[in-house]
Amino acid sequence: MRLQTKAGISHQYLEVPEMDLIAPLLTGYGIWAPVAWMVAFVAAIIIVYLLWKTGESSYKKGTELERPYLSGNVEPEKGAVHIRASNLYWGFLQALKGYYDVLVPIHTGVLTDYMIWFVAVTALALVIVGVLS
Amino acid sequence: MLWNLPFITVVVLTLIGLVTVLLKKNIIKILLGINILESAVNLFIVALGYREGGVAPIFTLAPSELMVLPTPQALVLTSIVIGVATSALVLSFAMVLQKKYGTVDIDKIRRLQG
Amino acid sequence: MTFADFIITNAPALLVAIPLFAAFLCPVMGKISSTVRNFWVMGMMLVTVAVAFILAYRVFATGPVLYVFGAAAANLAIPLDSGGIPIRIIFTVDAMSAFMEIICAIVGVSVLLYSLSAESRNSSLEGYYTLFFLMITGVFGMVSAGDFFNFFVFLEILSLASAGMIAYRIDGGLAVEAALKYFILSTLGAIFVLFAIGIYYGQYDALNIAMIAQRMQFTMLDKIALVLLVAALAMKCGAVPLHFWTPDAYSMAPSSVTAFLVVASQASLYGLFRVVFTMYNITMNCVTVGWIIIIFGVLSMVVGVTMAIPQKDIKRLMAYHAVSQTGYMLLGVGVGLAVLGNAALTSAFGFTAMEGGIFHIFNHAMYKGLLFLTAGAIIYRIGTRDLNKMGGLGHTMKYTMIFFIIGALAIAGIPPFNGFASKLMIYESVYLFNPILAIIAMVVSILTLASFVKVFHSVFMGPKLPEYADVKEAPLPMLIGMGILAAIVILFGLFPQPVVDMLVAPAAHALADQGGYIASVLGGA
Repeated sequence: MRLQTKAGISHQYLEVPEMDLIAPLLTGYGIWAPVAWMVAFVAAIIIVYLLWKTGESSYKKGTELERPYLSGNVEPEKGAVHIRASNLYWGFLQALKGYYDVLVPIHTGVLTDYMIWFVAVTALALVIVGVLS
Repeated sequence: MLWNLPFITVVVLTLIGLVTVLLKKNIIKILLGINILESAVNLFIVALGYREGGVAPIFTLAPSELMVLPTPQALVLTSIVIGVATSALVLSFAMVLQKKYGTVDIDKIRRLQG
Repeated sequence: MTFADFIITNAPALLVAIPLFAAFLCPVMGKISSTVRNFWVMGMMLVTVAVAFILAYRVFATGPVLYVFGAAAANLAIPLDSGGIPIRIIFTVDAMSAFMEIICAIVGVSVLLYSLSAESRNSSLEGYYTLFFLMITGVFGMVSAGDFFNFFVFLEILSLASAGMIAYRIDGGLAVEAALKYFILSTLGAIFVLFAIGIYYGQYDALNIAMIAQRMQFTMLDKIALVLLVAALAMKCGAVPLHFWTPDAYSMAPSSVTAFLVVASQASLYGLFRVVFTMYNITMNCVTVGWIIIIFGVLSMVVGVTMAIPQKDIKRLMAYHAVSQTGYMLLGVGVGLAVLGNAALTSAFGFTAMEGGIFHIFNHAMYKGLLFLTAGAIIYRIGTRDLNKMGGLGHTMKYTMIFFIIGALAIAGIPPFNGFASKLMIYESVYLFNPILAIIAMVVSILTLASFVKVFHSVFMGPKLPEYADVKEAPLPMLIGMGILAAIVILFGLFPQPVVDMLVAPAAHALADQGGYIASVLGGA
């Protein structure tokens, strides 16, 4: 839509350029078409839903059928059942123990160490750019 | 050689300021190191505007037409004001840290680590 | 001149003036009542966003916009009696600046909507909103500045306001410690920037970016100035090994402020690109400086994500991920810089790498802001930040969980969200440059997904815990604020090519085109 102002100059407001809304993304090497992906995903969801609907849908609420089955053992209280964050990825952290034993102590928390890193990296970059290139 | 004296002073002040900031452990001393660094940079910028034989850049009743450059003086005024605000903020942080932690030693203010 | 004409011609100045005016009247409005202050704050933010969009539309439609302060006409950059030197304070808004302004406007309005309910339990909010508007002024000024000293002044305004906001809830001294570290490092960086400005002024007698670019000969002093600027601005945006302030500051600030600190870091990233591309361009050794930025990027990606996995504090974990994603942006644009001197390689994959990096800036602001806001909603309802104490919140906080899933899948680069679109562009162009870098980037993506699966499981999954039995969903203004960002994450993921065509490609071309920038300021000289 165009607007005429007092000075007679017309400004073009809200002129939307032509764009193809569902064009695939050109990455210079290939194509990524998210709309096609969404169509395939929605089709898969529909098939999964139809399969799910053919399952058994009746159960008695409030009886043994609702409680978790732990091979007959007593169920522990809820707080102990939930695995906490520090216990996840234990294997990963153990496998990279050498790497983490070097990296975590570098983050000391002392301000002057951080500033020494800053000035040291600046000096190193000065040597690389100023002298070596 | 004499004309380079401001720039030699800038280098000396920068080195003193950097050493203070990197090696001292008290927040107030680190702040003073930052103030010294800011003085060094301000001196550097003002010294760049000097023209030999120039007078202050004021047009009213000027003794001569040759004046030093006014632009760096304006820049340095802004920078000095920023330095004042910086010092005020860091000092207020130091006050609160003294009240809450009981110390202003950087080696002991490290509850956030890892 | 009609009112509309006035707004359109003076938009760059209004973009800085309106938040400043709003900031200074906030305490007055707060004295009347808190409802008046909330309306004032929201109203002024909407006005600022409108001005930002008008200016961005004007820039993308008609080219770079110049605004000279104190001249007879808004685009009279060179005063008639100055002998060809632009001496006035100038705002040069080209496509890259307009891109950053859109980011700041969208994130700013979402964060403000979120703050209205997140901060409602706290007292003395006049200082909070004043500092928030000062942060907005700082970001808008930094991305519009056409001369270097103004860039420095707005950089310092941003640092001061951010430090004040990080220390806002004193939190037993922890927040003040984080703000102290952030602020002293920022001041050291700003002193380096001022040294570089002094070097440029002494050599070229000019502070205007276009003027320095035109007169640039790559002398030894210029090399020193370049390294000082690159180091200082890389520190401000959180590149490893200068990233140590990032986890402390991001985790201790109030959550809405953290989402906006991400935008502040990206404004420093913009400053880095402006220095390297517009001021130096091919007069310097592109390959060396490009590889330095690539090394910063790769280190940030790897160290950021590996430090994130063992964290126990939810916001500290997300802050390390912010460091890691900054590495992607540095990698993409660094590859674009390294091939800048070679026209064939630039048109083959250099521009795509730059577009990927710049698109990633936008996407990162959106999904990282969304993630920090969801973390803030969880902390608001539960009262603790420790991941080991949370669990089973998915039963009651359903909308927060959905927003968290959207943000986590976006940051890991899972289709069809926007993170995948920009990461795909980065992977494919960086692979053509050097395959090892692309493989490192993909492995970091997988580790990002792993780390967010950890957060998702420990916060939302599991049985309903008895200590959180009466936790309700987050309040409605918070959900709306998060919803704005989530909608953009989904939309930009489903329709990436129009976004790249209209916003990202003009920004990338404006950044790489030094001649065009100089011509638009100095008038074809």
